[in-house]
Amino acid sequence: MSGRAIQTSASSVGSWFRSGDPWIWLTASAVAIALLAMLGLMALIGVRALANFWPSDVVQITYTDPSQRSATVYLGEVVERETIARSQYMEATGLTVADVGDAATFDRLLLKTGNRRIAGADFIWLYERNISALTRPVDAVVVERREWGNAYGLSDSTPQNGSSLDGLVLWLPAGGQLPVAATDVVRFWQPNAMTLTDKLTHYFGGIARFLTEYPREANTEGGVYPAIFGTVLMVMIMSVLVTPFGVLAALYLHEYAKPGPIVRFTRIAVNNLAGVPSIVYGVFGLGFFVYVIGGSIDQLFFDDRLPAPTFGTPGLLWASLTLALLTLPVVVVSTEEGLSRAPRALREGSLALGATKAETLWRVVLPVASPSILTGIILAVARAAGEVAPLMLVGVVKLAPALPVDGEFPFVHLERKFMHLGFHIYDVGFQSPNIEAAKPVLFATALLLVSIVLILNLSAYALRARLERRYRGVQQS
Amino acid sequence: MTEQHSDLTSEEVVDTSEVPITDPRLRVRDFSLWYGQDTALRNVNMVVPGQQVTAFIGPSGCGKSTLLRCFNRMNDLIPDVTTAGTISLDGQDILSPSLDVSQLRQRVGMVFQRPNPFPKSVFENVAFGLRLHGKLPQSELEDRVESALRRAALWDEVKDRLSDSALGLSGGQQQRLVIARAIAVEPQVLLLDEPASALDPISTLKIEELISQLKLDYTIVIVTHNMQQAARVSDFTAFLYLGELVEFGLTEAVFTNPQKQRTEDYITGRYG
Repeated sequence: MSGRAIQTSASSVGSWFRSGDPWIWLTASAVAIALLAMLGLMALIGVRALANFWPSDVVQITYTDPSQRSATVYLGEVVERETIARSQYMEATGLTVADVGDAATFDRLLLKTGNRRIAGADFIWLYERNISALTRPVDAVVVERREWGNAYGLSDSTPQNGSSLDGLVLWLPAGGQLPVAATDVVRFWQPNAMTLTDKLTHYFGGIARFLTEYPREANTEGGVYPAIFGTVLMVMIMSVLVTPFGVLAALYLHEYAKPGPIVRFTRIAVNNLAGVPSIVYGVFGLGFFVYVIGGSIDQLFFDDRLPAPTFGTPGLLWASLTLALLTLPVVVVSTEEGLSRAPRALREGSLALGATKAETLWRVVLPVASPSILTGIILAVARAAGEVAPLMLVGVVKLAPALPVDGEFPFVHLERKFMHLGFHIYDVGFQSPNIEAAKPVLFATALLLVSIVLILNLSAYALRARLERRYRGVQQS
Repeated sequence: MTEQHSDLTSEEVVDTSEVPITDPRLRVRDFSLWYGQDTALRNVNMVVPGQQVTAFIGPSGCGKSTLLRCFNRMNDLIPDVTTAGTISLDGQDILSPSLDVSQLRQRVGMVFQRPNPFPKSVFENVAFGLRLHGKLPQSELEDRVESALRRAALWDEVKDRLSDSALGLSGGQQQRLVIARAIAVEPQVLLLDEPASALDPISTLKIEELISQLKLDYTIVIVTHNMQQAARVSDFTAFLYLGELVEFGLTEAVFTNPQKQRTEDYITGRYG
């Protein structure tokens, strides 16, 4: 009795390990880290994407540059604040130890001053210790222009939002004026004079414009409508192509093929297709679909237009086909899973009524397998919507001159190039000359793409749950 | 597996000529069946009479379900099955490879041990077989579904929920629905593979009542583990043991005056 008590107290750590608790902590923390990472990512994208539509106040700052000694007046929106270390400050300003004083850190803010054409740059870092005055002038105006980004200035007359006008003349606080032609104005607003209702209207208007307008300024401003359109259309065509193909392949593999090494090998090969890097699909799509098939189509049917290619060049059809190939394993695997869930008793019941095997598959087995098939399709769609690498080779461009669907016969132009949200992120984030100005579009596009994929995945779960409820009695047997 | 019963061989073939059968429907001659190397049925000779209930009894693994499933060729689904001998339905060889199996299964319906309604509505379950064989006008379809449900003694219970899922019915109702589904296509023979073994006593009683109704229109072959059930519902009884037909005759005769020792042992519960 006493011996046992001594043993347990002597090795309390050992007994804690033996109790299995550390295992629970270990596994639970893995889940917690995964959840945190995901929530952090979503929060980062979400906050940065959605905050940019808010009409923030325009501030007027009187600033003395540390290296010069003269004061300048800046007008703009504060987009970022940060604290930097002494060494970084000295490097950025070119000051010596004697000039800097003994502060260890320095606060600075990033001001979006716009007026790129006049100032050269439209963002400037200002050190807070050098700011001598900060006001919010009520007559400050922000003009979203078709070219050269936003203009910031002061207006003596109150422009009527939305009315047609001859153009604006903005007074610059540093002196001088900036005329903006009427044709150049997308919209303008006076954030410091707006009520909350005005701001909300502006905010949601901005989101709506982002979703419905064409991009401007090398994609760094304006909306992403063509990219949404291209993504959705491409994904729809891909689903139409991959669904029958994948379901038929799974039916043959699972129902008709005689089990054996060949079927096993085929199944392994199909599963391995899912692991092939997607850029390889892109290369294959370019080499086979675009050059071989597209080139042959051109020679057969569009002879008169050669050497200008019609189908022998990357386009919507080839991109959809390439992604159909890429997502085929998902559909095959989940269809097979669904087929194996159709109980033998149901098949026998149908066969015993005189149904042929084909009739049994069509009327009994496929309906029971439908939740899995649908899940497969939606997972394929989610995968395809987020894919970028192969698309760059087979049809996506940074700026498509026309949507692939229009009023011109034959209305759907499968040979056209198109825009895509995933590629848009890459293009805006890494190919634009003015990255600060592109950030809002970058984050908003990322949020949009993540939301689309998230919605697709959630609907997959909902759909599956609903269909499974319908066939619940079947699963028991 | 047949070592200890090697006495029961072809010289002791069951003589079914004494059985008073007026209207033979299914005729089994020298029928044997193997699953791969294993013998499941050996030299079975029997006749299933028309418009009567014939029960197959015997311990598990004796081959009674296997024999039943030969009558509508459900054994085709199992790979590596070989047969010898003949089975004929109204004089037609049903084991012939050239036979249209779907047509055979329309003539020989089957109900399984566990209710297996399709995950469709009650109506669609019964209409399933009818829809397979050509398009019927909606009104005729409805008439035939109603008539099948009435004959399966289920109409009054489901007439208000024809469009509800069949999976919502109770086990006993599901089994009667499956019977309605089978008789909707007007088969000649109805095979019942332990139809009540998964049901409660009241549902079992209903199924048994139904069987005695249905035998007016159909030839019924029922496999059962339940000796009392065989005695209650059947007109003829076949006792199978280890793949061989031990005894076949009028139910009353088999149960009251078995000719073979094994039959007596089995029905008195000495083994099985």
